[in-house]
Amino acid sequence: MQDFLDGLIEQGTFGHAPAQVVYAIGIVAVAAIVIFGFVLNVAGVTTFIERRVWARIQSRIGPNRVGPQGILQWLADGIKLLMKEEVIPAQADPRLFKLAPYVVTMGFVAAFVAIPFSSALVAADLNVGILYITAVTSLVVVGILMAGWASNNKWSLIGGIRAAAQIVSYEIPAALSIFPIVLITGTLSTQGIIRAQGWAPWSWFLFYNPFTFVAFWILFTALLAEGNRTPFDLPEAESELVAGFVTEYSGARYLFFFLVEWGNLYVISAVLVTLFLGGWQVPFALSDHPVVRNLLQFLTFFAKAYFGVILMMWIRATLPRIRVDQLMSTCWKYLVPIAFANFVGTAVWVAIWPNGNRPVWYLMTAGGFALLGYFFYRVGFHLRRSGAQLLLSPFS
Amino acid sequence: MTASEIYERLKAHFGERVISLAQDAKDPWILVDPAAIAEIGRFLHDDPELRCDALSNQSGVDYKAQGWIEVVYHLYSYAHRHYVILKVRTPRDAAELPTVEGVWKAANWLEREIYDLLGVNFVGHSDLRRLLLPEDWIGYPLRKDFVEPEQYHGISTRRESLLR
Amino acid sequence: MSLAGFEVEVEQVGQSGLETEEMTLNMGPQHPSTHGVLRFVVKADGEVMRQAIPDVGYLHRSIEKISEKVGYHGFMPYTDRVDYVAAMFCNQGWGMVSEKLGGIAVPKRGEYCRVIAAELNRIASHLLSVGTMVLDIGAITPFFHAFREREKINDLLEELCGARLTYNYMRIGGVAWDLPPGYAEKVTAFLDRFEPMLEEYDDLISANALYVGRCAGVAVVSAEEAVNYNLVGPNLRASGVRYDVRRDEPYSVYPELEFDVPVGPGAHGVLGDSYARYAVRIREMTESIKILRQCFRQMPDGPVIAKVPRKFKPPAGDAYIRVESARGDMGWYAVSDGTEYPYRCKVRTGSFAAMAIIDKLSQGLMLADLVTVIASLDIVAPEVDR
Repeated sequence: MQDFLDGLIEQGTFGHAPAQVVYAIGIVAVAAIVIFGFVLNVAGVTTFIERRVWARIQSRIGPNRVGPQGILQWLADGIKLLMKEEVIPAQADPRLFKLAPYVVTMGFVAAFVAIPFSSALVAADLNVGILYITAVTSLVVVGILMAGWASNNKWSLIGGIRAAAQIVSYEIPAALSIFPIVLITGTLSTQGIIRAQGWAPWSWFLFYNPFTFVAFWILFTALLAEGNRTPFDLPEAESELVAGFVTEYSGARYLFFFLVEWGNLYVISAVLVTLFLGGWQVPFALSDHPVVRNLLQFLTFFAKAYFGVILMMWIRATLPRIRVDQLMSTCWKYLVPIAFANFVGTAVWVAIWPNGNRPVWYLMTAGGFALLGYFFYRVGFHLRRSGAQLLLSPFS
Repeated sequence: MTASEIYERLKAHFGERVISLAQDAKDPWILVDPAAIAEIGRFLHDDPELRCDALSNQSGVDYKAQGWIEVVYHLYSYAHRHYVILKVRTPRDAAELPTVEGVWKAANWLEREIYDLLGVNFVGHSDLRRLLLPEDWIGYPLRKDFVEPEQYHGISTRRESLLR
Repeated sequence: MSLAGFEVEVEQVGQSGLETEEMTLNMGPQHPSTHGVLRFVVKADGEVMRQAIPDVGYLHRSIEKISEKVGYHGFMPYTDRVDYVAAMFCNQGWGMVSEKLGGIAVPKRGEYCRVIAAELNRIASHLLSVGTMVLDIGAITPFFHAFREREKINDLLEELCGARLTYNYMRIGGVAWDLPPGYAEKVTAFLDRFEPMLEEYDDLISANALYVGRCAGVAVVSAEEAVNYNLVGPNLRASGVRYDVRRDEPYSVYPELEFDVPVGPGAHGVLGDSYARYAVRIREMTESIKILRQCFRQMPDGPVIAKVPRKFKPPAGDAYIRVESARGDMGWYAVSDGTEYPYRCKVRTGSFAAMAIIDKLSQGLMLADLVTVIASLDIVAPEVDR
């Protein structure tokens, strides 16, 4: 690509701009195209998969008409939304109203810059990676507040304010749960954190010590709240506020909010996988060829992240919504103290065992698998007791 | 307690204002003086033998031929499991009654509905305004001589007959 | 329509030097949550409500006046629309008040058919009420399970009378048709499959900490308040008053049937709160199942409708009866003047009083709780407005 750009420079396409600037713009353009291509598709397909997963949980089928098994449903919905009339309320603040979806999308897509897909595929291996992700996803709050205010609708305003309060509050336990990992690895870079883990569950930070185990669940809860997902989906509580801060949006602008909500699931999951579940690590012996190895790493990362996404869909289909005051008390009275305790606990642990305490690590892994086994046992128990008919095929 | 026992007890307390008992009706009812209905209601609610703690129903009936609007109170006692049915009559062209909202809160909306549909003014009601019809509606539809207005806010109410 | 009647005031509520304003919000007639076309004018200070003033009348169809035009027999289909979620009870109510006026006795088999239809409808209505309550609070899955069961009941009732929602099954003097052949087996098979589902429902949502946190202790109604406001049915029983028209002022064949009357509180929360109202409805469904099984065992043979003249002219007078509908006791008051058209017909429904009490209950609740309260009181708009 460098030769291609050199050719263009000689032809004078870019006037007198220095070559470095042209290279930089070229890199950014490619990265943007790749990321947007990935992000839009993932977000779109996630909407389809969410509807099928919910349907199965609710004993029904879900969309299965558009394309084989309904797989083109999300494309159809996207095209439909693009073709809808864009209505702007007469009293709405036009500039803020039009700007809000873009701010929200910016905050969301920018997080993908530091999320690694494999050992060689990362848009920018920032040495403040995880801090950058936390910071940039907060931009979403600004966008949501803008949307809520500019809609000139009291219910949207309430939705926007609830969202702002929720996201800002839950940043604290989220950040506090990231600190233990940073303490263990000594780096904020996402690639560095993944490289400090291994491919096997007994080398994941999830099982490093009891504090990180608890920190994982706190981070999971806090990120759910940041992504406005049930049980924390007050800002878009359908039964109370129609659609919360997106009530007045239609057409392409609504599509942006829509995409951010579902794409955020992937970001949340990716962050969790990076920090706790070993990222893209695969056994080194699997392949030497760089392309194949990177592909395997990408698939591993994607599979782990998508499992997290499906877990979040499962949670959304099961749990009811939490009320605003209960949300705040959960955050400040429960999650923050526990997260602090984890932080201090891990600091002491790292001070005592700087290279990690292997026996405890293995013990925790065994415990984790025992928990998983117990979970499946209970599922089997309930299935047998209710005598339910199992339809395991995902195809209807 | 039977209807006649209740009637005797009321008569003992209120004398002339309890007018008559219709013993032979399907549901025996007691006709009372409209001005006294609030006091009688309070007595029925508080008296330990009667304990009519629930206002089960309050309906207005327009007797155009006789020239009065009758408001029927179906009172029920959860404690003693008996009904007391009171009727009051108020003239059609100046329909006014004291409210029993102070005794049974259920009367709040029930009386608003009677005001809305029949035009009975309840004196002392905390919030007497139309309930089911729009605030600016004219007329009292359940009256026998109600004529539907030709139009409401410019929307015509005339319909073509489907029978040709 | 403007907010005529409510002045839109912006109140400066000054506390400790901070100037705040009270918002007046409109939870308008179109809303994905309110059960039917209801409107609330909510005065809120941030998330906490000062008052939620109900504004009803969007579904007023002047059914009572229509009764004066169409006659006793002709009014029966209109009664379905008074409460279309539990239409059999409205049919039964009108049938009973006309029979009381005319002095008509319904044959035994007809009464049993009425009870069977009514109890099936009660289960369907409670499923809808419970399902939408849970949906309003945010859990989307139990709603689908509830409606799946309700579909099966709709199929059964469609087989019985041809309609899924507005049945028009009962007539003055009995019911329109006898049970179709094989009906008892079908209903019993359904009940056998449905009874364990209620346990599953409990496992899924009733003990869920989030759900209990949203419902327990919210909008507590004491027994005295409930009686004073004339709350009826499950709302009254959740506040601790053990009263059921079927048990205490029995009508039809209920004296021959054995069933329990569930009274609050639920497994969590306090007496008279939203959780208790929810729990009472769930337990009532079990009682209805019991009643249905007994009915099929005890039903005698015979005619299902009494001989009622085409031009039904009851003697002049008035009558008042109460039916224990899914939403509480429905009072039917009819005045006859000797002709074949009723002189006046009045329905006093359970949701009417429930709407009236919301104004008082909502003071001090949060916005999210308003939805819980409306759902737990099981309000349907057609009943309020008629």
